[in-house]
Amino acid sequence: MEDGGGLRLDMNGLDYLILALYFVTVLGVGFAARRAIRTSVDFFLSGRSLPAWVTGLAFVSANLGALEIIGMAANGAQYGVMTVHYYWIGAVPAMVFLGIVMMPFYYGSKVRSVPEYLRLRFNRPTHLLNALSFAVAQVLIAGVNLYALALVMQALLGWPLWTAIVVGAAIVLAYITIGGLSGAIYNEVLQFFVILAGLIPVTVIGLVKVGGVNGLMDAVRDSKLGEAGLHAWENTGTTANPLGAHWLGIVFGLGFVLSFGYWTTNFAEVQRALSAKNMSAARRTPIIAAYPKLFIPLVTVIPGLVALVTVKGLGAESGDLQYNNAIPLLMRDLLPNGVLGVAVTGLLASFMAGMAANVSGFNTVFTYDIWQAYIRRDRSDEYYLRIGRWATVAAVVVGIGTAFIASGFSNIMNYIQALFSVFNAPLFATFIIGMFWKRMTALAGFWSLLLGTLVSLSLYLLYKGGVVHFNSDLEESFWGAGLAFATAVVVAAILTPLTAPKRDEELRGLVYGMGGVDLKGDVLAGDAVWYRSPVLLGVIAVALAALFYIPVF
Amino acid sequence: MSNDGQPAQDPLIDETQEEQRRSAAARLFDIRRVIGGLFVAYGVIVALIGVFDSRAEIDKAEGVRINLWAGLVMLAFGLFMLLWQWLRPAEPPAPNEKQPGT
Repeated sequence: MEDGGGLRLDMNGLDYLILALYFVTVLGVGFAARRAIRTSVDFFLSGRSLPAWVTGLAFVSANLGALEIIGMAANGAQYGVMTVHYYWIGAVPAMVFLGIVMMPFYYGSKVRSVPEYLRLRFNRPTHLLNALSFAVAQVLIAGVNLYALALVMQALLGWPLWTAIVVGAAIVLAYITIGGLSGAIYNEVLQFFVILAGLIPVTVIGLVKVGGVNGLMDAVRDSKLGEAGLHAWENTGTTANPLGAHWLGIVFGLGFVLSFGYWTTNFAEVQRALSAKNMSAARRTPIIAAYPKLFIPLVTVIPGLVALVTVKGLGAESGDLQYNNAIPLLMRDLLPNGVLGVAVTGLLASFMAGMAANVSGFNTVFTYDIWQAYIRRDRSDEYYLRIGRWATVAAVVVGIGTAFIASGFSNIMNYIQALFSVFNAPLFATFIIGMFWKRMTALAGFWSLLLGTLVSLSLYLLYKGGVVHFNSDLEESFWGAGLAFATAVVVAAILTPLTAPKRDEELRGLVYGMGGVDLKGDVLAGDAVWYRSPVLLGVIAVALAALFYIPVF
Repeated sequence: MSNDGQPAQDPLIDETQEEQRRSAAARLFDIRRVIGGLFVAYGVIVALIGVFDSRAEIDKAEGVRINLWAGLVMLAFGLFMLLWQWLRPAEPPAPNEKQPGT
């Protein structure tokens, strides 16, 4: 059957026409969004004007980057059905929680970014700490995304690495600098559909090839995963399962600390909801995003399993047959010219969506939270709009730089990305305590965040240095996140009674039970109908996630 | 969560809220038109390729006329987006004179 020799796809002129049409459309969206930009809020938050379905799809698309498509298909091939934990328990509950519980404080207080919430709730040092770490993380991750994009273009299309890096960066740079967040969000919505249009044919033909769902299940039983590859919860009372994870780790580590940390405090995501046109739309944003998220495993995990049973030798340590190439290998083997062009376009769209989310999150935090708050205050709005455009250019240029560094030290860049994901846990702890415990003081907020971060960082470095031993990277991240969370809680509990609280008026609209949150404000008549209720939609999403587990228990 | 008054004030946020009254966001076009247009184009191109697919290409896709089907589905999706926009145009933007905090 397949020899795995070379990933190069046999693209013809029509495939390139489909790809070119997409690039032209993306740039066109950027230019057309320009006329809707007059103020800094227009540029950074789309003038807080977008409908919920647009911000919701952008919310899910901002996360459909390199890691998601390539990585989750790879996980599907390596760990089997257990990969669905990253979606059904590791994403959906946190997204619903963000919409129902946290969004009233984010959107209601009119903060322009996640770090800004920390400035209002705690103090400027907490704010600066979070703004700087977020800004650095975003440009580094943008570089990693860019490098991953270039690697795929090099492998599939034969483009030289530097051409791919510069072309990818130039397109993202153009549409964000010109069209601002509206350009980014509109393109994310477009990308969402193009990504699906690329992945669905791979999935369908893959299933036909293995004889449908039953054929796939039989084939997986005969593969190296065996029966265990078809169950999500079986044998999670021990770590003797493909993922090597105990159910406690899955529920609390992945489902609670890691997932809530990522989805509820990552500004690259939350920014999409802040650009919604009213409170109801902002709350529905992550909840609407939860629905596609429920179904995405169909087009990532299934192709991963199909690749496992059809591509001989998949799972090599290096070369063309690594798990990461599961989807590109299926595209090569199964797609004729035409849909092949759509699939390649979808893959590139996903890389650009990921990078664009990092860059648009960065330029907002840099301008509002670093430049305006600490460097140049009290300038005109036009001035900050200009700074935002320059920050975008700077982010992309630095991203190109990190992409080239990443090409030399690809492992180090993976570590950095893993590291920043661990930073989210103490951040989430600080947020959640601050939002629900009005007594928590500003100083406690600062030290919770700092010490929690240092704990997760130290554990990570000790693990990498070989001092502390864990069964897998995943287990380390569960423990790191859990320990950081606990540290933040303990520090808050010890320091709060010893330091001066904030006055009640300063906490209005920021903390639960302090008033100042208007859930019905500026809501359009149509938003009051029952099927647009955030709570109802959220409960249905979580119930569906639980139901989906039944056939793959 | 009671609704008794306004959230805490902050000078930097208030500044931007003031500026928002000048917002040009109402001039933003409707993305459904772009999605519809791109998918109609993709649908037509891919379906046409599908009509003329050779035996070898159909065999590669396990005997499924994937180009034809995918093209028709994309075409239908694109037309749906255009139709949706035509039947339910974007709601008129809320008046911008709204004072922050009234």
